[in-house]
Amino acid sequence: MEEEYSGGVEKKFLYVNRRVPHGTVYALESLETVLIGAAFDQDVSMLFIDDGVYQLKKEQNPDSIDFKNFAKAFRALEMYDVEKLFVEQESLSERGLTESDLLVDVEVISREQTKALIDQQDVVLSF
Amino acid sequence: MKFAILVNEGPYQHQASDSAYQFATAALESGHEVSRVFFYHDGVNNGSRLTTPPQDDRHIQKRWSALAADKNVDLVLCVAACQRRGMVDDGERDRNKKDATNIAEGFRISGLGQLIEAGIEADRLITFGD
Repeated sequence: MEEEYSGGVEKKFLYVNRRVPHGTVYALESLETVLIGAAFDQDVSMLFIDDGVYQLKKEQNPDSIDFKNFAKAFRALEMYDVEKLFVEQESLSERGLTESDLLVDVEVISREQTKALIDQQDVVLSF
Repeated sequence: MKFAILVNEGPYQHQASDSAYQFATAALESGHEVSRVFFYHDGVNNGSRLTTPPQDDRHIQKRWSALAADKNVDLVLCVAACQRRGMVDDGERDRNKKDATNIAEGFRISGLGQLIEAGIEADRLITFGD
C-alpha cells in the first residue's frame, strides 16, 4: 500500500516499547509501525523498557484471552533490516527476568546508556 | 521550523488533542510550518463529523477541520486504527462494504507510512498523548 520512499534522507528512528504485550494495543501497533516503516530505509532501533521487556518474553500464550500471538514477529524483524534491539537491564532485573528469558537476540544496556541512546535519535516514537 | 504532529488520544477524554491543536495554532502564528497532523490509536476519533458536543463546549473536530481549510494542514487518520474503530470514508465504505461514512471535512484516511514520512520530512515530530 505504501510507496517506497526515495527522499534520500536517512534519520535515526527509535521505537520505545514501554507496555506489556497484551492488555493494550500499543505493543502490536509498535510492531506494525516498525514493519511498515521498514520500507523507508531509515536507521531503525527498538528499545524495550519498563513493562515493555515482557513483549520479548519466551513462551507467551495469549490464545486463552483471545489476543493474537504476535511475539514470533520479533524473530522476523531481521528480514526487515531491523537488527538493533535494545533492552534495559534495570527493567529486566526489576521484573526478575534475564536475557535468557527473551526470544530474540538483544543488546542489554544500562539505564544510563538508555538515556544516551534516546538522546542520539532524530525521531522517537513511544508505544 | 517545519513541525509534524502525532495525536494518540481521542477527543474530550484526554487533553492530548486540545494541546496538539493549541501547539499547531501557536506554531503557525509564530511563522512556523505544520506539515501534517497524524492521528493514531484512539486519536482517529477526532475525525468523526458526527460528534455533537454541548453548545457551550469547544468543537474539537470542527476546530481541526478549520485548521485544514484555513492553513492547509494535512490531517491524516491511520487506516488500521480507523478500521478497528468504525471510522469510514468513501473508499473504506466501498472496500469493506459498509453502509455509511463519518469522516469530517479536511481529514483523510491513509497508512502508517504517512507518519514515518512526516518524521523524515519534518524538522521535529511532536507527540501528544500517552
